[in-house]
Amino acid sequence: MPDVKAEKKIDIRGLICPYTFIKAKLAVESMHVGETLEILLDNAEASNSIPKSMEDLGHAVMNVEKVNEREWVIFVRKEKE
Amino acid sequence: MDFTDDQLQRYSRHIILPEVGGKGQAKIASAKVIIIGAGGLGCPVGFYLTAAGVGTIALVDNDDVEMSNLQRQIAHSVHSIGMPKVESAKKTFSALNPDVTIVPLRTRLTKDNIIGVISEYDIVVDGSDNFPTRYLVNDACVMAGKPLVSGAILRFEGQVTTIIPGQGHCYRCLFEVPPPPGLVPSCQEAGVLGVLPGVIGGLQATEVLKLILGKGMPLMGDLLIYDALKTTFRKVKVPKNPSCPVCSDNPVITELVDYNEGYCSLQ
Ligand SMILES: [Zn+2]
Repeated sequence: MPDVKAEKKIDIRGLICPYTFIKAKLAVESMHVGETLEILLDNAEASNSIPKSMEDLGHAVMNVEKVNEREWVIFVRKEKE
Repeated sequence: MDFTDDQLQRYSRHIILPEVGGKGQAKIASAKVIIIGAGGLGCPVGFYLTAAGVGTIALVDNDDVEMSNLQRQIAHSVHSIGMPKVESAKKTFSALNPDVTIVPLRTRLTKDNIIGVISEYDIVVDGSDNFPTRYLVNDACVMAGKPLVSGAILRFEGQVTTIIPGQGHCYRCLFEVPPPPGLVPSCQEAGVLGVLPGVIGGLQATEVLKLILGKGMPLMGDLLIYDALKTTFRKVKVPKNPSCPVCSDNPVITELVDYNEGYCSLQ
């Protein structure tokens, strides 16, 4: 895994769509451009949809990693307001 | 704004929209809107703005609910007949969304009270059913610099326009003075298709949310006309009249006017 340092971390394990994305979107909104968000999640569908939705919003997905059987970590860098 | 779990769920379809997001929803939550009339137009406007989570919604109306209202005034019911419309609507809206503060103002607007009444609010919605009120609200909004989303309905036709004082046209740029009472349809002629205010009120509520969010293009400089029988929407350009009696640089109307009665309203 690349060495990515996150300014903010959220744990959205247990949430289902669309609340997975909503929590992630609100977290990105609260950050400054250039900062990175680390998202810990356990929803397989969201592990695909969150990176795509974040890219649609114009943010950079730095890394998506399956860390164990049922958990993922996603790093997103805020690129615009 | 920190959302509770209930609020996250309630407003999730707003927050997902790039044009709204959490920041836009927070703007909606801090907005204060006043709706003139809790009748055909005021009911759907208030209903949707309540659902949207507008922080404070004031309703101005002096009438009580009657059976003949129920064909189109969807915030009222058989259980609220005889009750002030503003109280009936408050009950309905509060049940839909307890986040929203509903301010019932059971009063008749006059040239002496209107400026004070609208002063605390960011946006004014006109859903009144008579010309004296329509002109009074227009003039007061121009003088107080309040954005106004104006709607009107009759038979199968409705109109909407957004007035932003200092930027676009006003109602008097369109029609300088109210029509004489004899030219206004009498009570017997003044029918309206019950669903029509739903269409027009929905458009007014949309305009209000766009103004709050600062997104899109307000219906400024245009009058939108809906013909329900033909199913057409027409946009008519309404330029700012450089000699408008109220919103021009040298207005001849500098004080509010209460037009005389003699107009029939479509209660
Ligand atoms: Zn004007």
